[in-house]
Amino acid sequence: MSINLDQALQTYIAEARELLEEMESALLTLENDPDNSELIGAIFRAAHTIKGSAGLFGLQPIVSFTHIVEDLLDQVRNQQLAITTTLIKDLLESRDHIERLVRLVAEQGASLGDDEQALDSQLRLNLARHQTARQTGLPECTPSAGPEPVSKEEGHVSATSLWHISLRFGPDVLRNGMDPASFLRYLGTMGTLCAIETLHDALPDWEHFDPESCYLGYELDVDTQADKGALSDVFEFVRDDCRITILPPHSKLAEYIALIHDLPEDNDMLGQLLVKTGALTASELALGLQTQHDSPQTDSSKLGEILIAQGAVNEVVVDAALKKQHQNKENKTKEGRYVRVHADKLDDLINLVGELVVASSGASLLAQRSRDSQLQEANSTIAMLVEEIRDGALRLRMVPIGDTFNRFQRVVRDVSHELNKDIALVITGGDTELDKSVVEKIGDPLMHLVRNSMDHGIESAGQRLAAGKPARGTLTLNAYHDSGSIVIEIKDDGAGLNQAKILQKAQERGLVAANAVLTDQEIYQLIFEPGFSTAETITNLSGRGVGMDVVKRNIQALRGSVELDSKPGQGTRVQIRLPLTLAIIDGFLVRVSTTHYVIPLDMVIECVELTQSALADTQGRNYLNLRGEVLPFVRLQHYFDVEGARGRRENIVVVSHGGKKSGLVVDELLGEFQTVIKPLGKLFQRLQGISGSTILGGGEVALILDIPSLIQHAIDQELSQLSQYALPRQQTQPRVN
Amino acid sequence: MPLHIETGEHKTLVKVSGEMTIYTAAELKLALTPLLYRQQALELDLSQVSEMDSAGLQLLLAAKKTAQQSGYPLHLIMHSHAVLDALELCQLTAFFGDPTLMPHADHG
Repeated sequence: MSINLDQALQTYIAEARELLEEMESALLTLENDPDNSELIGAIFRAAHTIKGSAGLFGLQPIVSFTHIVEDLLDQVRNQQLAITTTLIKDLLESRDHIERLVRLVAEQGASLGDDEQALDSQLRLNLARHQTARQTGLPECTPSAGPEPVSKEEGHVSATSLWHISLRFGPDVLRNGMDPASFLRYLGTMGTLCAIETLHDALPDWEHFDPESCYLGYELDVDTQADKGALSDVFEFVRDDCRITILPPHSKLAEYIALIHDLPEDNDMLGQLLVKTGALTASELALGLQTQHDSPQTDSSKLGEILIAQGAVNEVVVDAALKKQHQNKENKTKEGRYVRVHADKLDDLINLVGELVVASSGASLLAQRSRDSQLQEANSTIAMLVEEIRDGALRLRMVPIGDTFNRFQRVVRDVSHELNKDIALVITGGDTELDKSVVEKIGDPLMHLVRNSMDHGIESAGQRLAAGKPARGTLTLNAYHDSGSIVIEIKDDGAGLNQAKILQKAQERGLVAANAVLTDQEIYQLIFEPGFSTAETITNLSGRGVGMDVVKRNIQALRGSVELDSKPGQGTRVQIRLPLTLAIIDGFLVRVSTTHYVIPLDMVIECVELTQSALADTQGRNYLNLRGEVLPFVRLQHYFDVEGARGRRENIVVVSHGGKKSGLVVDELLGEFQTVIKPLGKLFQRLQGISGSTILGGGEVALILDIPSLIQHAIDQELSQLSQYALPRQQTQPRVN
Repeated sequence: MPLHIETGEHKTLVKVSGEMTIYTAAELKLALTPLLYRQQALELDLSQVSEMDSAGLQLLLAAKKTAQQSGYPLHLIMHSHAVLDALELCQLTAFFGDPTLMPHADHG
């Protein structure tokens, strides 16, 4: 029992998280669109579900607090309460508190500390101020006819919409860890408990009274919109121990029929249809089906008859369901269905797919050598399928960056209020997908950059108006793919970076020589030096100079790069470039002397033969004229110090990264090659220029080149060589990214 | 499971502290047994009851019935929030017949 509960609790926590996120974004949207009843409904339902499920697990603090929020939202829903900025603020804070409660009570199983209690009481007071009606104990209960007029069938006029539930708890209920009171409370969250009778006639005299046995029973009348299944589910855990009878009210019938007609077309069997609409519970259906099997016919109308005979459902409902089924033979509507998968399982799958790719390559190689055309064809089919599986598996790990971007809505709202600035957030390119692990790690650097923009970039409304700009500042988050990388941009239309100030600060700190001349980019990159800050005031957000270098390091740890661009008075743009490094990549295999290397195919632009004449033209320098462009190149044999004579025919692979082209001189071009990246061991983590290794079909090891760091390293090497000849006035050059 | 007992000429006053739940029910029954047979009115001060579940409620019900049978009244006084919650949920306030304080504004 406890194992099931634990898994169920984990599911509840995950579900609550999702609901809370939805709640937040809906609340933020509602602020600008206060009459949107759909949003209000969605927020209400989110709170309601969180509360209800919490009740099932006995998480009383969550139930109790969320109940108040739900009450308030109900009043908003019924238009008894208007949306105001204060209300949204209180609701947002309450939502945060619920998140805190879920973490504390559900996840950690702890109880509220004094601070949380104080906050809890404070928030309740805030919410109470909005209340127009107080709820005390059980309200007056008049059977309600429901908000929409429901057309009723003749002969089935509803007398009441109350459900009657009769409970007789078995003697072991308390010993098994269940508490009848918690069921009552939970029912109370599903609707209103209009009447409760506690029956204690079964209590024996004191001498024979066993305090750990349960002698209690209850007769309840509940006013609820829940269906029979939901009510029945409430008693899931005590079903075996107790006698439970649920009598639905008659007025529900008409709603059943309306529901059936509204259902999207599908091919479900009649019985499942009825279960879906709520006329039956699954167990009653099972009983009906069982009886049906005893008689040989399987015609669907027979099923309907049996169900009626057992009194499980009303004839009218069955006819409507039958009609529905006969009508719908085509057109399955696809609803969005999601499956919750543990991330580790996904990783295991991708690992296996990687092995599959290697094995398939090996098989293909052998097939080619065998000259058996049938074998080759079969292998080619396999290779095609393997490629599709590979692509599919990798797509599983990709998530759109939009979710991460959307989280910033709240941040921008809160911070702009805090700073007393008017800042709007514009998000584009939210569909751009990237690997899940990258998404997780990019959140913090993004947060810091956004805060910086808001704090130091965008000016106050007054300053903006004086500068002829609109009072409202705009912060843009954008993302797009670019030649094998994903680019994330953070743009603001603020005051821009002050080059003079940066240069001055850098000179003060000795990072740059007094009269050195730097390019724009070089000046901007100074910001990333540790401890650097030109902020005049330090806020609790930024200005202390501990942020930007950490941001840059985090991005580099993801093998990415960051660039700044700015126009004084107009704004700043930060561009983060991240590789889409995945477990499996398409590569280009080359041979240098006796070693093989793999170059990421995304970066390869073209291959050029390094003819003797071209070589002569270079005059010993490491660049050549490629159709009028200067192409610097690196000799991999020289770079990696590979032994062996220089090949007779050399080729240059032209690669592009960050908009810049370079060339790699290799001996032989071996063509496109799918490969699984096997990470290097810990010993080689700091190796520049190599990002991993792979196993070729024949069993040899090829090294996968990390182009950005290879090129950067080559540049560094050359610079250090050049500086030996440098004029004395140039001291240290800042790093060029 | 501390029970603070004050015996008087006409009545016995018992103060219950801590939980009245499945975990303490057996112990409480044992402790209450001699008190129920004193042939005196019994008052249960529940101000220090931190938690009450159905087992605790059941215990009170059984005690009340026993007291009724013996002809001496059992009164519940100074109900704590936990006790009030439980009684209200099961609509048993009337059964016990004891006056309760109005629920506090922030009691949820």
